[in-house]
Amino acid sequence: MKKTMTVLMALTLTVALAACGQNNKGNGNASNGGGSEIEGSFLASGSSALLPLVEQVSKKFMETNNKVSIQVQAGGSGTGLTQVSEGQSAIGNSDVFAEEKLDADKAAELVDHQVAVVGIAAVVNKEVTVDNLTKQQLVDIFTGKVTNWKDVGGNDQNIQIINRPSSSGTRATFEKYALGQKSEDLKGSIQEDSSGTVNKLVGETPGAIGYLALSYLDDSIKTVKYEGVEASVDNVANGTYPVWAYEHMYTKGEPNAAVKAFLDYMLSDEVQNGDVVELGYIPASKMEVKRDVEGNITK
Amino acid sequence: MAQSLERQKAKPHLVEEWVGKVYTLLCIAFLIITIFSIVYFVASKGLSTFFVNHVNVIDLLSGLKWVPEGEPALFGALPFIFGSFSTSILAALIAAPLGFCAAVFMVEIAPKFGRRYLQPVIELLAGIPSVVYGFVGLSVIVPFFRNVFPGQGIGIAAGAIVLSVMILPTITTIATDALAALPRGLKEGSFALGATRWQTIYRIVLPTTLPALMTGIVLGIARAFGEALAVQMVIGNAPHIPRSLFESASTLTSAITLSMGNTAMGTIANNALWSLALILMLMTFVFVFIVRWLEGRSKL
Repeated sequence: MKKTMTVLMALTLTVALAACGQNNKGNGNASNGGGSEIEGSFLASGSSALLPLVEQVSKKFMETNNKVSIQVQAGGSGTGLTQVSEGQSAIGNSDVFAEEKLDADKAAELVDHQVAVVGIAAVVNKEVTVDNLTKQQLVDIFTGKVTNWKDVGGNDQNIQIINRPSSSGTRATFEKYALGQKSEDLKGSIQEDSSGTVNKLVGETPGAIGYLALSYLDDSIKTVKYEGVEASVDNVANGTYPVWAYEHMYTKGEPNAAVKAFLDYMLSDEVQNGDVVELGYIPASKMEVKRDVEGNITK
Repeated sequence: MAQSLERQKAKPHLVEEWVGKVYTLLCIAFLIITIFSIVYFVASKGLSTFFVNHVNVIDLLSGLKWVPEGEPALFGALPFIFGSFSTSILAALIAAPLGFCAAVFMVEIAPKFGRRYLQPVIELLAGIPSVVYGFVGLSVIVPFFRNVFPGQGIGIAAGAIVLSVMILPTITTIATDALAALPRGLKEGSFALGATRWQTIYRIVLPTTLPALMTGIVLGIARAFGEALAVQMVIGNAPHIPRSLFESASTLTSAITLSMGNTAMGTIANNALWSLALILMLMTFVFVFIVRWLEGRSKL
C-alpha cells in the first residue's frame, strides 16, 4: 500500500514538475572533434544570498556557450544541499559547509567549489551613537543580557534586535565568527528572512541592531566596527575582520563537462574581478587566508 | 429520410460522448490522485517527527519553546498556533462588520451604485498580490503603530489589519450573494406589516442570512490562517507568545516559510516544520467541516 502510494505520488509530482523539467544529468559530452564546444543543461539551486551572482554569470555563460542551458533557482541553502545530494540538481549553492547541514556520509559525497566570500557586518539604526562593539558586547546584546544602549556606551535607549531565523546561514556565520556561540530567539526580537527587509527595519526602527552581508550595506543604516576593525572588503581579504563565510557551489562527485566549464568560468579572472566584485561579494582568489569546516584559519 | 440522417449522426455523437466522458474521468482521477498525494505527503512527512524522531505530540502542541537547532532541540509549537489563531480571528472581527455593512449597502440601500462601482472595487482587493499587502503594512501600518502605541509596531495587531483587508472581499462577496438570494416575499411581507427599512434589515434580513454570513466569516478566517507572506513581513516572527498586540509574534505559516528552505530534507528540524504544515492542513479540514455544517443549517 505504502509503495503504491509512493509510486502514485512520484507520478503526480513528475507530471506537476514537467513544466519546470530539465535534464539534470546533463548531456555534457564535449564533442571531441575539432572544436571544444560543450553542450548540456543543468540546474543550480539553493542559497538566495548567492543567487544574484549565479544568475548573472549563468546568463553570460549561456551567451558564449549557446548549447548549454542553465536554470537557476533560489530556495535556501538547505534546499540546495538536499537537491544536489539527491541528484535533483547538478549544483547546490550554499552559504554554509555541507557538513553543517547534512549527515557526514552524505556530505562526503559532495565536492566543494568555493566561488566567493561574503563579509557580514553588524548594523545599527543611524541614531544609535555606538560605533564599535566588542565580541563580549555583541554576545551580551544577542543573548539578552544587555537591553539598553547605555550599557555599551550609547544613549539611554532600548535595544531592538532584528535577527535572522535560527536556520539561516547568515545567522549561523554571524553566531560562529562574531559571537562565538549560539544566540537566542529572544522575546520581542524581530526575525526576518530577507536582507532587504532587515535593512529597511534597522533603518526605520529606533535602537535597532542587526547584521547584513556587506553587499546590502547602504546609507540608510550605520555599520559598526567589530573589536575596532572596520568591516571592509580589504579587512576580510587580509584576515583582520573575522566575520565572513564562503559561498559554496557543491556538486555530487566530480562534475560533468558542462558543469565543470561553468564552474571554471565562475572562478575565472573575468568573473572573479568583474561580476563578483560588482555584486558586492569578495573574490575567492583575493583571500589571503583560508578557513576549513572547523573554522581554523590558515594563511 | 429523417431516420437515416439520424442514424448517420448517431455514431459521431456516441464517440463525442465517449471522449467527453473519458476526458472528465481522467481529470477527476488526476484531481483525486493529486489531493490524496498531497495529503499523504504532508501527513507522512509531518508524522515522521513523532514516529521517526520520537518527538512527543503533546510536547509539540503545548510546548512554549521552539529551538530546532539547539541542544537539546525543543519543538514547542504553541506560540505559532496561538499566533495563527489570534491574527486570523482578530482579522475576521475587523473585516466582518465592514463586509456586512458593505453588503447591506450594495443590496438593500444603494443597489445601483453599490453593485456597479463598490463591488468591483472590493473584488479588486482579492487580486492584489500578498507581498504588496505585506510591504504596505511594513511601510504604513507598522510605522504608524510604532509612533502611536508602545512597542515597535510589529506584531499581531499589524498582522490582523493587513489580513482583514485581504479577507474583506471573501466576506463581502459571500454576504452580498446571500442577501441578494433572499426571497422578495420575506422583505415585502415585513414592509407590508409596517416595518421600516432598518427594522427589516435588522430583524428579518440579517437573522435569515446568518448561516451564510457565518460561512463567509469562516472562509475568511481559513484564508487568513493560511496566508504566509504578508503576515510574515509585519508580525516579527519571534517564537514567543507576546504580552501585547504590538510585540513580535509568530504564526504557523511564517515559521514554515522562514525556515523551510534553510533546513535539509529528512532532518528533524525539517520534519518538525512539516508537522506545522500538518497542523495547518488539519485546521483547513476543520474549517471546511464548519462551512459544510453551516450550509446545512441555512434557512433558505
